[in-house]
Amino acid sequence: MNGESVVFWVSGTFAVVGALGMVVSKKAVHSALWVAFAMVNIAVLYFALEAPFLGTTQIIVYTGAVMMLFLFVLMIVGVDSSDSLLETIKGQRLLASLFALTFGGVIVASIASTLSSPSAGLAIANAGYGGHLQAIGFLVFGTYLFAFEALSALLITAALGAMVLAHNERWTPRKTQDQLQKERTFSNHVTPLPAPGVLARNNSVDTPALLPDGTTSIESLPNAFRGEGQVSKSNSIEEAGK
Amino acid sequence: MFHSQAQGDLGIFGNDPAAVIAVKVLGIFVIMVLMTLLTIWAERRVVGRMQMRIGPNRVGPFGLLQSLMDGIKLALKEEIIPKGAHLAVYVIAPVIAATTAFLTFAVIPLGPQVSIFGTVTPLQLTDFPVSVLYVLAIASVGIYGIVLAGWSSGSIYPLLGGLRSSAQMISYEIAMGLSFVAVFLYAQSMSTSQIVAAQEPMWYIVLLLPSFIIYTTAMVGETNRAPFDLPEAEGELVGGFHTEYSSLKFALFFLAEYVNMVTVSALATTLFLGGWRAPWPISLWDQANVGWWPMLWFFGKVFAFIFVFIWLRGTLPRLRYDQFMKFGWKVLIPVSIVWILIVSVARYLRNEGGLESRNLLFAASAVLVVVVLVSYTLDLRRKKSDEAEEQRIAIEAEQEFDPFAGGFPVPPMPGQVAQPSRRMKATISSGAPASHTPAETTEGN
Repeated sequence: MNGESVVFWVSGTFAVVGALGMVVSKKAVHSALWVAFAMVNIAVLYFALEAPFLGTTQIIVYTGAVMMLFLFVLMIVGVDSSDSLLETIKGQRLLASLFALTFGGVIVASIASTLSSPSAGLAIANAGYGGHLQAIGFLVFGTYLFAFEALSALLITAALGAMVLAHNERWTPRKTQDQLQKERTFSNHVTPLPAPGVLARNNSVDTPALLPDGTTSIESLPNAFRGEGQVSKSNSIEEAGK
Repeated sequence: MFHSQAQGDLGIFGNDPAAVIAVKVLGIFVIMVLMTLLTIWAERRVVGRMQMRIGPNRVGPFGLLQSLMDGIKLALKEEIIPKGAHLAVYVIAPVIAATTAFLTFAVIPLGPQVSIFGTVTPLQLTDFPVSVLYVLAIASVGIYGIVLAGWSSGSIYPLLGGLRSSAQMISYEIAMGLSFVAVFLYAQSMSTSQIVAAQEPMWYIVLLLPSFIIYTTAMVGETNRAPFDLPEAEGELVGGFHTEYSSLKFALFFLAEYVNMVTVSALATTLFLGGWRAPWPISLWDQANVGWWPMLWFFGKVFAFIFVFIWLRGTLPRLRYDQFMKFGWKVLIPVSIVWILIVSVARYLRNEGGLESRNLLFAASAVLVVVVLVSYTLDLRRKKSDEAEEQRIAIEAEQEFDPFAGGFPVPPMPGQVAQPSRRMKATISSGAPASHTPAETTEGN
C-alpha cells in the first residue's frame, strides 16, 4: 500500500464517520461539529490527490466560514436537543427519500461514466498552464469568466436579500455616549435608579425599593409594574420603614 | 501570463530523509515553546518598564525562568471541570486551539538551504504552491477551539466571550486575507519560500505599504490582543471563553495565544519584511544571507513585531465592541479592496509594458491616503446633516401624535410621544419626579 492509499483509507473512513455522526447526533451543535470534521477530512483527500488549492479552499470556505456560521446560529439560538419526528409537510419523507435516491443515482452514474475511460492525469491537464494554480486561474477568469461572474452576482443578490430581510429601521438616530451622559447629568438622577426591593424581603420585582428616608421608590420598578394595582401591596415594606 | 519566476524552487521540498524531518519538526516545536516562554517574560518586563515597575526579576537571571516556573505551577494546579460542561467538546477545544497554533509554523521559512547532518535542506519544514492559504485555513480551524471552549463550558460568560472572539477573528481574517492578495500579485506565488525569494530586490513593506498596515492591524485583531482584546474584557466578560478552564487546559489556551502571536509576526516578516533576508546595512556583508545567519535576522524581525504587540498593550485603551467591528468591516475591508484594485491596475500596466509600475504604486499610495482623508471629512459633514435630521425630528415632534391615523393603530413617528396607556395614566406619582416621562424612565431601568 502506498502513502496515497493509506491517506485515502484513513481520511475516507474519517469522512464517512463524520457524515454518519452528523446524521446520528442528537444535539445540533454536535452534528455541526461532525460535518466540520468530515469537511477537514475531505480536504485532506484533496491534498493527497495533488489539489492543495482545492484542499485549502475547502477548509477556509466550508470549515472556516460556512460551518462556523452554522455553529454561531446554533449557539445563539440555543437549539434544543429534542428532535421532532412529526411530518409537518404531508408526504415529506416519501418525497425526500425519492429526491435523495435520485441525487445519489445521478452522482453514482456520473462518477461511473468517468471511470469507464482512463483518466488523462494531472500532468496533462496542467500542461500548458504551468501549474494547477495557474490552470484554475485561467479557467475561472478566462474560459468560464461569465459563469463565474453570474455566480458571484447570484451570491451578492442572496447576501443583499438577507440584509434587506433582516434590516430593522431605526426611528431615531442612535444616542451617542456624549448625549447619554448629558441626559443623565441634567436629569434628576445622576446615579443609576434604585434597584427593586427584591433582595430585601420579597421574591418578586414588583416590590419597590425602600429609600433611606423610609418611603418606597416607584422608580425602582420596571415600567410595567408602575401602574395602579401593579405595585406589590406587601405591608412588610411599609412597616420596615416605620 | 503564465510567467512563474521561481517555480522550480519548490522541488527542494519534500525530499528530506525521515531523520531530518524529525529534527525539523522537533526543532520547530522547541523553538515555539521557548519563544512562548520568552515572549511572556518579555511582555511582563516591558509592560512593567512602561508602567514604571520592575517586573519579574527573581527567578533566574533577569527573571528569565519566571514563565517556566509559572507554567509548571499552572500544570500542577487542581483541575476543575464544571458540572454543566459538555465533556468531550470541553476537552477537545483546548487541544484544537494549541495544535493549530503550532501547525502554521510548518510553512514559515526560517532561512536558506543549510546542511543538517550532511543533508542539504532548506530551513523550513515544508512548502507547497498555496502555503499562505494553508496558514489562513489553519487559522480558521483554530477558531473552532475558541468557539467550542465557549460553548462547551455550559456557562454564559464563556459563551459570550467565545462568540465575541470568533466574530472578531472571522471579521479580521477577511481583511487579513485581502491584504495578502497584493503580495500574491507581486510575488506571483502563494508559497512562502518564493515570496521571500521575490523580495530580494525590495521588501514589500516599501512597495505595498497599505497592505502591510492592513495586515498588521488585522493581525492584532486576529490574535485577540490589546487594543482589540475584547474577548477578554475583564470588566464585561470575566475571562472570556476560557473562564471555566483551569490547570493544563487553561495553559494550552495561554500557549496557543502566545504561539499565535509569534506565528502572525513570523508571517508578517515573511510577507513584508523580506523573511530571513538581512536588513540593509548587514546585507552589504556577502555572508549575510548564507548558512545559519539568516535565522538570526528572521527572529530579530519577529521580536520587533512582538515588541510592537507589547508596546500596543502598554499604550492603548481597549476599543468598544461596535467601534471595533465598524473599523474592521467599514474601514479595513473597503480600503484593502480599493488598494487591491490599484495594485492590479499597476500590475497590468507593467505587464503591458506601459508605465513604470513602481512610481505608479507610490502615486497610488498617495491617492489612497487622500481618499481616506476625504472620506473622513465627508464623515464629519455627515455628522452635521445628522444634526439637521434631529432638528427636523424635533419639529415633527411638536405635531400631535394620532394613534389611529388613517383608521389603523400606528406607532408614533420619530420624536412624537405616544399617549400613555390606561395603565400608565394610573401610575402612582408619589415617588416619580414630575419631569420624567414614561419613555425616559424605561431607559433608566
